[in-house]
Amino acid sequence: MKEYAYFPGCSLEQIGLSYNQSSVETTKVLGVELKELEDWNCCGATTYFHVDELLAYTLCARNLAMAEKDSLDLVAPCSACYKNSYFTNKHLREDPDLADHINYALEEDDLSYSGQIEVKHLMEVFYCDVGLDEIRDKVKKPLEGLKVAPYYGCQILRPKKDDEDVEQAEFFEELMSAIGAEPVPYPLKLKCCGGSLLISNRIAALSMVRNLLQNAEDNNADVIATACPMCQVNLECYQPQVNQEFGTKFQVPVVYFTQLMGLALGIRGKKLGIGKEIVAATPLEPYTT
Amino acid sequence: MVKPSFSDEIANLLHASHGNPLITCIQCGTCSGTCPAVDYMDHTPRRIIGMIRANLKDEVLNSNTFWYCASCYHCTVRCPAQIDIAETMYALKRYSIWKRVHQEGLVGPTFSETFVKTILRSGRSFEPILATSYLFSAGVRELIQEGVTATKMMLKGRLPMLPPRIKRLDNFKRMVSRVIPLEAE
Ligand code: SF4
Ligand code: SF4
Repeated sequence: MKEYAYFPGCSLEQIGLSYNQSSVETTKVLGVELKELEDWNCCGATTYFHVDELLAYTLCARNLAMAEKDSLDLVAPCSACYKNSYFTNKHLREDPDLADHINYALEEDDLSYSGQIEVKHLMEVFYCDVGLDEIRDKVKKPLEGLKVAPYYGCQILRPKKDDEDVEQAEFFEELMSAIGAEPVPYPLKLKCCGGSLLISNRIAALSMVRNLLQNAEDNNADVIATACPMCQVNLECYQPQVNQEFGTKFQVPVVYFTQLMGLALGIRGKKLGIGKEIVAATPLEPYTT
Repeated sequence: MVKPSFSDEIANLLHASHGNPLITCIQCGTCSGTCPAVDYMDHTPRRIIGMIRANLKDEVLNSNTFWYCASCYHCTVRCPAQIDIAETMYALKRYSIWKRVHQEGLVGPTFSETFVKTILRSGRSFEPILATSYLFSAGVRELIQEGVTATKMMLKGRLPMLPPRIKRLDNFKRMVSRVIPLEAE
């Protein structure tokens, strides 16, 4: 049994509830134990770095330190939490001055961090640690005939880590094929959804959402699958506003990759949070019983 | 002592990566061509980098470019000169908040500060609080639309009624004050 320190992040407690439910349920079936980090704090999203870089690293370091105390690698389902935690880890390992300064602050919570753990995105745990063969073995109800647009978004891939291929990623598609779904070509899959601009430049954000929805529709996707709560909310919940702003008629369901995996693993739709959508996930109906 | 130039200041504002080689920019425009928000910016990313290098401090600080940057890092991974443009945009935001200089009418600076205060107060972020503070500065039409989205999500159980907070909040606040001394409230 593989065990990880689980850092759900603020969005999964609220707006992304069904991502949390489906992450917990699918990992159980796959023999992965997620031990929720006790008393985790917000990673700062993108906004924190607007104000103070050092403070942003300190916030992430507190979570890393708590995971290190349990000698567990940290796993985040949210791409923003993942990116912030990953790069804080990297900077702390490479920069002793930064680590000193931050450890001085961590003392206030009786913590310290020495760079001993790894940070992973939940999708990486499925793809690399569990592995596609194992997943294929455990599939009970392949999602045959379901056309999925795999939306990577930004922070699961960017900034670039080591020598990973940030332009031609295929792991999302492979995961979808492993559960019997059909990944459709999705040329804009790496383009930003504009999530962080929703408040500061609404029109820019809505037009970015529109392009992504259009691209999924043009490629006959039944659903868009995401690996980030902010992408999900942005693409799904703002469809009415996109439609109003641009005179479009989008009704594209946007679900979490863990919800699709859960269905294929034979978990009931309700346990995966299916039914909480604003744009009903009707194409999933044949698979939800 | 010679004061550092604006371009040196910005290039060295990144704490962790020890500076950004803005000087190596070849003005190829890859960043602008990649940027999903470029149509809304008053200067393209390429131009902003050029303007920083030319020390056009006032013009840079008064542009909306960095506030309209979505932090998507698409430019960063493609820049042939290894300039981290997305981090430069972050650096400009921080610089502009410190100096309290930014273009009139932008929502970004107020929103960022409100968001940070929320986290410092509770250790976690809480969307409804953020939405409310934002609504004050938004137009009526957006307000109604935002309201519709929020109500729908509330009905689906996707928005909480009470703000979450972490348990060891006192330790957390003391930790924060070792990084930036803040007034207790
Ligand atoms: S992509 Fe890099 S080198 Fe090209 S203009 Fe932008 S910052 Fe300069
Ligand atoms: S990080 Fe900012 S400047 Fe760079 S491509 Fe994305 S939105 Fe444009």
